Amino acid sequence: MNVDETDLPGLGRRKDFMTTSGRRIGVVELREGTMELIVSTWDDPDTCQASIPLTGDEAATLGNLLGGQHLAMKLTEEHREIPGIVTRQFSIAPESPFQNQPMGKACIRTRCGVSIVAIMREGEVLPSPGPDVVLHSGDLLVAVGTQEGLDSAADILRNG
Amino acid sequence: MDPLALTLIELGAVVFCLGLLARLAGRIGMSPIPLYLVGGLAFGAGGVVKLEGMHEFAHLSGEIGVILLLLMLGLEYTAAELFTGLRRSWQAGVLDLVLNFIPGAALALLLGWGTVGAMVMGGVTYISSSGIAAKVITDLGRIGNRETPVVLSILVFEDLAMAVYLPILTATLAGVSFLGGLSTVAISLAVVTVVLMVALRHGHRVSKAVHSENSEVFLLNLLGAALLVAGVASALQVSAAVGAFMLGIAISGATAHSATRILEPLRDLFAAIFFVAFGLNTDPSTIPPVLGWALILAAITATTKMLTGIWAAKRAGIARRGRFRAGAALIARGEFSIVIAGLAVASGVVPDDLAALATAYVLIMAVLGPLAARYVEPVLKAFGGPVRLAAKA
Repeated sequence: MNVDETDLPGLGRRKDFMTTSGRRIGVVELREGTMELIVSTWDDPDTCQASIPLTGDEAATLGNLLGGQHLAMKLTEEHREIPGIVTRQFSIAPESPFQNQPMGKACIRTRCGVSIVAIMREGEVLPSPGPDVVLHSGDLLVAVGTQEGLDSAADILRNG
Repeated sequence: MDPLALTLIELGAVVFCLGLLARLAGRIGMSPIPLYLVGGLAFGAGGVVKLEGMHEFAHLSGEIGVILLLLMLGLEYTAAELFTGLRRSWQAGVLDLVLNFIPGAALALLLGWGTVGAMVMGGVTYISSSGIAAKVITDLGRIGNRETPVVLSILVFEDLAMAVYLPILTATLAGVSFLGGLSTVAISLAVVTVVLMVALRHGHRVSKAVHSENSEVFLLNLLGAALLVAGVASALQVSAAVGAFMLGIAISGATAHSATRILEPLRDLFAAIFFVAFGLNTDPSTIPPVLGWALILAAITATTKMLTGIWAAKRAGIARRGRFRAGAALIARGEFSIVIAGLAVASGVVPDDLAALATAYVLIMAVLGPLAARYVEPVLKAFGGPVRLAAKA
């Protein structure tokens, strides 16, 4: 993917790329440290239909949503040959009992045969996390297992 | 009345009125600069109310206002940005200079104001208001647009051009001979180059020298350094404004960012007084005779800025609508045109009509610029028929 980076003297820096559907999408990093999500209009890729100011948290969450979906799609693709194996994402809610606890405490693999293959956090991927990785609210866990195993893993993460 | 009491009352009334004007400007979404000028005209020589007590203060504050305006212009861009801007847009910058300097200079010659007047008026019509342009781009949500870097690069080039132009102007106004003028130009070019090199390599040291975590210490350091550098530059005949500008360029990185934040309120106050002081010294009755010329000049230089933007945006591969947006964003003239005219008026070697023409011209352009930027697209849609799809990516 070819991302264009353009200096905006006095304002900040723009990073964007052209989608296959012909719209330009990207972010503007302003000098004050804030960020804007930009999307071009459908008929004129030079102009912006929307420039949406995002806080750091919002940008990270959006990154998780987009990146998590991508990772899950890739994993599903890879596991297609093995019948019965599914990929699913779990988000850690603020009220989850495992918030701020090491992941090993949930014993997900032991209890339901499900592997957590990655954690998406603030737009970054932690691949094959160990049992001592501490979970935070807002984390997105990418899990691989059977349908039933994943159901019970979801229940464990929500209710303990 | 006690002169001190009179001065305080007048100053208070003027600043209070400026506050009301700035609020009005914000309400109708325009730049406050034209309103400040009108305020100054109303209070000044031959105006509605005559203010005598605050003249001395207004004069010195106006000077400080110019220094702060230029210091913050220098702070706006880092040395690295200036270099990339120069590399990327020098052709557009030169076109901008030629197209927009000539109309002002030509009119001055036509009116018989001589080469000095031409030098001044050329500068007045050349320099876009980076303050108004940046505000228009932000307010209209065009930061992410493709033509925006083109517009900003041209503004960066104008910035650098100012660094060379102001010392030349100061020398011309001081009436130095051609040879003396050449040496001033050589000196100022050398100084500009050296400062840029120093800023690029050792900007962090200059920043460190003025920086402090304590905002009070930081403010005093900054202001002290700016006034010192400006004073020394002025003593060396290189123009106080250029000294402050160079200091602004040398300060870089995080320090520049916090300096901007800390100086902004001071700049707003002193710059407002500067615009009022400029208006104070202009007799409103001198404006009607030059209004026709101001309108003609406004029409011509709005067109030439438009052409500059269109050409530069076209070179950057931007489609038709974006080209017009780029042109319209550049039209506004404002603070720096008044700074140039102010330097000329202070030197006393230009006719009074020049101040009147510059005032009328900036009044028109500061109002017209943001309007043009806002309405160029709807107008284009109404008259330009169906807009072609931008196929080029």
